[in-house]
Amino acid sequence: MTEEIIIAGFGGQGVLSMGKILAYSGIMQDQEVSWMPAYGPEMRGGTANVTVILSDDRINSPVLNAYDTAIILNQQSMDKFEETVKPGGVLLYDPNGIMKHPTRTDINIFQVEAAAEAARLKVGKSFNMVVLGAYLKIKPIVELENVIKGLKKSLPERYHHLIPMNETAIESGQKIVKEIQKAK
Amino acid sequence: MKELRLMKGNEAMAEAAIRCGADGYFGYPITPQSEVLEYFMAEEPWNRTGMIVLQAESEIAAINMIYGGASTGKKVLTSSSSPGISLKQEGLSYLAGAELPCVVINVVRGGPGLGDIQPAQSDYFQSVKGGGHGDYKLFVIAPSSVQESADFVKKSFDIAFKYRIPALILSDGAIGQMMEKVELFEQEERLTDEQVIEKYGSWATTGKTADRERNIITSLDLIPERLEDHNKHLQAKYAEIEANEIMFEEINCEDAEHIIVAYGTSARICQKTVQLAREKGIKLGLMRPITLWPFPKAKIAEYGETKKGILVVEMSEGQMIEDVQLNLNGKIPAIHFGRSGGVIPTPDEVLIAFEKHFM
Repeated sequence: MTEEIIIAGFGGQGVLSMGKILAYSGIMQDQEVSWMPAYGPEMRGGTANVTVILSDDRINSPVLNAYDTAIILNQQSMDKFEETVKPGGVLLYDPNGIMKHPTRTDINIFQVEAAAEAARLKVGKSFNMVVLGAYLKIKPIVELENVIKGLKKSLPERYHHLIPMNETAIESGQKIVKEIQKAK
Repeated sequence: MKELRLMKGNEAMAEAAIRCGADGYFGYPITPQSEVLEYFMAEEPWNRTGMIVLQAESEIAAINMIYGGASTGKKVLTSSSSPGISLKQEGLSYLAGAELPCVVINVVRGGPGLGDIQPAQSDYFQSVKGGGHGDYKLFVIAPSSVQESADFVKKSFDIAFKYRIPALILSDGAIGQMMEKVELFEQEERLTDEQVIEKYGSWATTGKTADRERNIITSLDLIPERLEDHNKHLQAKYAEIEANEIMFEEINCEDAEHIIVAYGTSARICQKTVQLAREKGIKLGLMRPITLWPFPKAKIAEYGETKKGILVVEMSEGQMIEDVQLNLNGKIPAIHFGRSGGVIPTPDEVLIAFEKHFM
């Protein structure tokens, strides 16, 4: 199994930390992982993205031009990454703030209204965990139990009391994710 | 059991330095290597092992602190990124002249000049051909993963002390910034002066005792004949390193008709290119020089007899290609493909370039 993912959105949405939790979850189940952030001028311009790879084998290139899954959290990222999803791959996005919805017909498209859900649950900062939950519903590549272990590893101890809140956010993401289109 | 962690390449190098018993780090922040210094500051190794960490007032100050620390036989390292490494060149030449062991990390970014902060490999010439003045070499090793970033800190200190030579770890912004799983080696003790003398001889300025001459650490010798002798001595040492310390990795090379030669991040990308090529039935292999100096000359020369052509992939406008061409001696064509200025090539882009030139 190899899963190549791009997660892209605004700085502050928790894009990088979501990738990190996913990578840690992979380690918890003995997978090879890589986490390659965009740290340059694009980050300073307000958008953030990270390439995460989980694999049972040694990972070669940490830099990719096509992905099994794109998780897209703003319009700029939609413009840039819709075309990079492999045919038959997955595009998961939060429609909040999206003006131009994806148009490709050869990919599987899912929506998660994560911003709205995080606001409803009053867990604004767990927005990214709602998205992660939605992703794991579509592609259960890591066990929830390992995600919790991953959270413990990646969060400093002083934030461990927030883990149950994150767990709730993940579970609600799994519930509310909607399939919009099956790949043709 | 060894410890598994998810770390950035920069963090892994800092942790490895603490674990291999380094005595001191002197550095100055610069993107994309600032995590080295930041990790030390968060980790407080002065409480763990007694290791000193100091943010110097400049890169030049830091490299001269390395000169001072290394003179006393201490295990010391510094790190920077391209523009900062340029500032350190005078110090590196002095360290090489005075035969001082140390580790210098360059997390390369796009140049020339202040350039940008994105990953690049355009400091190859500076690293392996000199950079500072005089006839000297650095031991230059290029990690292509976070694991190697950690392991090569230890390796570099071993080589540096074994041969009394400055060692340079040539990383880049991608390997420095990305996180991967890393298995950390056990904490090693810092050496006492007595242990350093026992292990590496009594060349360092550890305090003169009654039974020996005083040790003088200098790169200055105003007698030309004596300085020439010193140069001959350095060259003999470099020949010994070339004979014993070359490292490289071959992937799918055995039945390959063509070879990609690439190091560091480029080598990771080209592994995927080789995979894509093999899926199309193209017999392509990858040779990854791990030590850039000493360079795997004989292996390249062997390809001249056994392969049809070589694509050299670098995140530069073509630097290592000169060493590949030199050692092929015109036997088979070697062509450069690269992106520069901080642009990272993609695996399929490399394959397209390969097919254009060789298919």
